[in-house]
Amino acid sequence: MIALQAFILLFVAAAGTAVVFTRDPTSQAIVVSFYGLLLGIMFFVFQAPDVALSQIVVGAIALPLMIMLALARVRKQSRKHQR
Amino acid sequence: MTRRIRQKFFLFSAAALALCFVWGYRDLPPFGQVTSIYADKVNAITVPQRHITDAVTAVNFDIRGFDTLGEEFILFTSVMGVVLLMRRTKDEPAGDHEDKVQGRNVPPVSDAVRVTTLLLIAPTILFGWYIVAHGQVTPGGGFQGGVILSSAALLLYLCGTYPKFRGAAAPRLIEIAEAVGAAGYIIVGGACVALGGMFLENLLPLGKTGTLTSGGTVPFINLAVGLEVSAGFVLILLVYLEELMEEKES
Repeated sequence: MIALQAFILLFVAAAGTAVVFTRDPTSQAIVVSFYGLLLGIMFFVFQAPDVALSQIVVGAIALPLMIMLALARVRKQSRKHQR
Repeated sequence: MTRRIRQKFFLFSAAALALCFVWGYRDLPPFGQVTSIYADKVNAITVPQRHITDAVTAVNFDIRGFDTLGEEFILFTSVMGVVLLMRRTKDEPAGDHEDKVQGRNVPPVSDAVRVTTLLLIAPTILFGWYIVAHGQVTPGGGFQGGVILSSAALLLYLCGTYPKFRGAAAPRLIEIAEAVGAAGYIIVGGACVALGGMFLENLLPLGKTGTLTSGGTVPFINLAVGLEVSAGFVLILLVYLEELMEEKES
């Protein structure tokens, strides 16, 4: 169990770093979704299934979706101004 | 701000943060041996006093149910804010919901994606309601199940076109569902007052532990929250997509 916990902690640290080093916002939304999924697994491994479920639905589905929608909205706006 | 000042500012903040970290970590209990008094107390009372096997749900929707009411309304207000910001003003003509953004070639949705998402919709809705309905028995509840339910609407968008999605999602109905869900929580709390108890006091029959009807008011609150959360997310999806599809060629 300890080994599994250490393993997932390392993964989360790596994925968190990956989120920071991804500079393009669109790809960042995808990476942050993957990071949210890993966080969910981490919570599960640390025996918090309730939080894990919330983390997966919010971190892996809702948050990336909102980022993508907001990005599309902002891009549309800037295209309008260019014309 | 020059680069030098910025660097100094960063170093100063990082040092302060590191200090706080060390200070905070010193008094933490050893790894993996945490049993707080509060956790023991909650574990001891949820099954005998509430007939709820998921302690987290018992705390969220019963023991501190009033806090969760506030949380639900945080989401409700945020959704209202988004809808208000994105609303169509009088000088913006209604669009015909076709994607007309110039310079963007949207590839047609492949048959494989269509079939896969179409097949996934029904199981997703079923799973969402399962999570909502079993909040008091297993991990999950209205918030988690609600988001899962709204992802079914996203699948609907992915397997079809926006006009079809809009037709199926029926914005007016979604708005009503969100309002009913938000009001449902208060109605359950108010019903407890009407029955002679305090606001959100669990007065309904508690039922048999481990069944769908156990937990008294908790399953009702979860249903209301599930409805509110799923409708809220679908509403956000609708207004954003509406905005994006309305690109006009001026």
